[in-house]
Amino acid sequence: MSVIYVLLIISIIIAVAFFIAFIIAVRKGQFDDSYTHSVRMLFEDELIKEKSKKSIPTKKD
Amino acid sequence: MKHKTCFHCGLDCESSPISFDSKSFCCNGCKTVYEIFSVNDLTSYYDLQNAPGATPKEIEGKYDFLDNEKILEKLLEFNDDKTQIVTLFIPHIHCSSCIWILENLNKLLPAVITSQVNFGKKTVRITYKNETLSLKNIVEFLSRIGYEPYISLEDFKTDKTKINRSIIYKLGVAGFAFGNVMFLSFPEYFQVDGFWLEKYKPVFRWLMFAFSLPVVFYASQDYFISAYKGLRSRILNIDVPLALGIAVLFIRSTVDIIFDLGTGFFDSLTGLVFFLLLGKFFQQKTYSFLSFERDYKSYFPIGITKISSEGKEESIQVYDIKKGDRLLIRNEELIPVDCILINGKARIDYSFVTGESETVSKQSGDKLFAGGKQLNSIIEVDVLKSVEQSYLTQLWSNDVFKGNKDDAFTTLTNRISKHFTITVLLIAFVSTNFWLLTDASKALNVFTAVLIIACPCAIALSAPFTFGNLLRIFGKKKFYLKNARVIEQLAKINTVIFDKTGTITANKETTINYEGLELSTHEESLLKSTLRGSNHPLSRALYTLLDKHNIVTLDTFQEHTGKGIEARHKSDYLKVGSAPFVGLTTNVATLNTTVHISTNNTYKGKFTFHNAYRKGLSKLFNALKKDYDIAILSGDNEGEKDNLTKLLPTKTKLLFNQKPEDKLEYIKYHQNEGANILMVGDGLNDAGALAQSNVGIALSENVNVFSPACDAILDASKFNQLYHYINASKSAIKIVKWSFMLSFLYNIIGLYFAVTGQLEPVIAAILMPLSSISIVIFTTIASNILGKKLK
Repeated sequence: MSVIYVLLIISIIIAVAFFIAFIIAVRKGQFDDSYTHSVRMLFEDELIKEKSKKSIPTKKD
Repeated sequence: MKHKTCFHCGLDCESSPISFDSKSFCCNGCKTVYEIFSVNDLTSYYDLQNAPGATPKEIEGKYDFLDNEKILEKLLEFNDDKTQIVTLFIPHIHCSSCIWILENLNKLLPAVITSQVNFGKKTVRITYKNETLSLKNIVEFLSRIGYEPYISLEDFKTDKTKINRSIIYKLGVAGFAFGNVMFLSFPEYFQVDGFWLEKYKPVFRWLMFAFSLPVVFYASQDYFISAYKGLRSRILNIDVPLALGIAVLFIRSTVDIIFDLGTGFFDSLTGLVFFLLLGKFFQQKTYSFLSFERDYKSYFPIGITKISSEGKEESIQVYDIKKGDRLLIRNEELIPVDCILINGKARIDYSFVTGESETVSKQSGDKLFAGGKQLNSIIEVDVLKSVEQSYLTQLWSNDVFKGNKDDAFTTLTNRISKHFTITVLLIAFVSTNFWLLTDASKALNVFTAVLIIACPCAIALSAPFTFGNLLRIFGKKKFYLKNARVIEQLAKINTVIFDKTGTITANKETTINYEGLELSTHEESLLKSTLRGSNHPLSRALYTLLDKHNIVTLDTFQEHTGKGIEARHKSDYLKVGSAPFVGLTTNVATLNTTVHISTNNTYKGKFTFHNAYRKGLSKLFNALKKDYDIAILSGDNEGEKDNLTKLLPTKTKLLFNQKPEDKLEYIKYHQNEGANILMVGDGLNDAGALAQSNVGIALSENVNVFSPACDAILDASKFNQLYHYINASKSAIKIVKWSFMLSFLYNIIGLYFAVTGQLEPVIAAILMPLSSISIVIFTTIASNILGKKLK
């Protein structure tokens, strides 16, 4: 046995693992909507801002 | 002073004094939404986008049908004792604020577990606990905050259509195999002769074989199926040489490695399939929020209120409506069947059906047609026909709606493919015969090599990438095409037919002329004050025309439905309305809409309403007349004939009083005479004509609102660009033809190697991606230049 077989097996296992990950992602519908996520990921900032607003309600009234 | 606009929806609110929290609002509805959001600490809604909201509409009782268990069951995606999941289509979703507020729905309604927006499709998927919350509550709440879901008969399907993701899977498989096979082919590309390579060669080769199996038998199966179908109906479509190429590549490569003749062409094989699928994927641009397949079902409600013989109200499904039933139609509700008005004042908006925005008043005993929308108070009607048999819905039983336009059309690629396949096969046989006579051992080698190298990958990619890119460019210009075939069809048009109302005229605008005795300033201000109190669309239009006058307080004011208005201010008495109402006895037969005025019982004159034509109309027609026959088919009377003949080129045909079937027959007749027809329409009455024509374009003031089944949807603001869009499609055909030339060049180079019997796998592996990629680059650059020229 040569080391080449070990390397081949490892490389194919890694490739197949990524391929399976891809199939699972498609099956879960991660590729169905390619736009909303790009907007949604920016919302984290807004939520923090809202909390700070909440803490000083007396100022406004 | 700065112009005041509503903080919630952005509409002008100069005239309304509603303000709250030092912000101004156009109406109480908008203010209420703001209150709801501010109480729940959700005012970030207004930080993301300026004035993102919509004014909530009156919805009382509209969603009562959601209490009906049977209807509910059809709408819910998932339903058990505790949780329910529903996906709602909300046309108003248009910005990041919308996503944000809808995904924070659980802060407003605690029983909501999660809500997820799909922006492209304009849908929200809501999971909620059904112990404390019902679907009706959710829908009503969403409506109250200005996000009214659109629930139509189309949602009422027994099986939800599964999303077809096979192209992504296939692309993934092919890409995965392509990458791995490329790695495994590398050692042999460099021809390292010697002990090491000799020893491990079989392992690499059989691994490549294994990787190519799913590519041939899964990823490329569409090409084999399509080629088989083509051959069976005696058509040499582009998939025939492609399938032949893939099959020969696989068989030859397998034979090569079994008998140790060479590496085989697994790299080219997987690469070929990968690139082909990439082209297919690219061409598949869809506008998920638009639908090109709509029929009356998308317009009609699911449930309707029926009044039983005991006088009780109950919600029933539209399909369950029987002849003789008594129905209750509320404000803003659509009449689903042909019926007779029994009770109440009907003011029907037939704009869904005719594109005509003016409302029609009906009296008790009048017949109402399906498709009209009630705009006044509650009415009661008796059903004459069931849904399928109603006047409007019967149009859909016409054969036009059953056929598929795509089947009848031979694409440019398929036309080229016919000659191409024959030529390639001829070259293959001639060169094989030549080698049989000179060196028989090489004959089979040459035969397969010709078929491999001539596999028209680049040709098959030219059209998808050019049209796919143009489809995207058109989409940015608000011209949404159903698929790439429409571009090819558009380039072959020789006749353009327009609908009148709503298509060449703008829905919202009218021009008003005054004829008669001049009104004094006092009379005008009196008139304006009178119109102010009326909600009739004509009054509103006239009111906006007569600005710059002081408003006087009227002493008496009375509106006579269907006749006119009378008003008194001090000693002056004013009447506005129809000719007999104001006391005009002479016969004034006119086809246009008119409003007559009289003061103190003396007739003054009339206001005539003309359709306002879209901007750039005569320019567009003058540009079109050079290359195309133009006609106008109108469902209206001839009232606008004089205006149109003045405005449009002389050779334009004008046909009036055309029923939906007449329009369809007109197009059919001219198609039989060899015309390729582009139909531009807007209402459901054009649906038949749009389906029959070679290309049917639905013009829409707002693309989110519904348009009939068609091949393309054009935003009304881009109407005057139509001529340029047709020209761009013609240029796209030229680009495809040029890239055909380019790929023939590659084929000739490849064939030289093949015919002379020196095709090495490495040459095929270089030539194939090189030709594909250069074609993609060429078509993309060329179509982008084309897109730059468009406005």
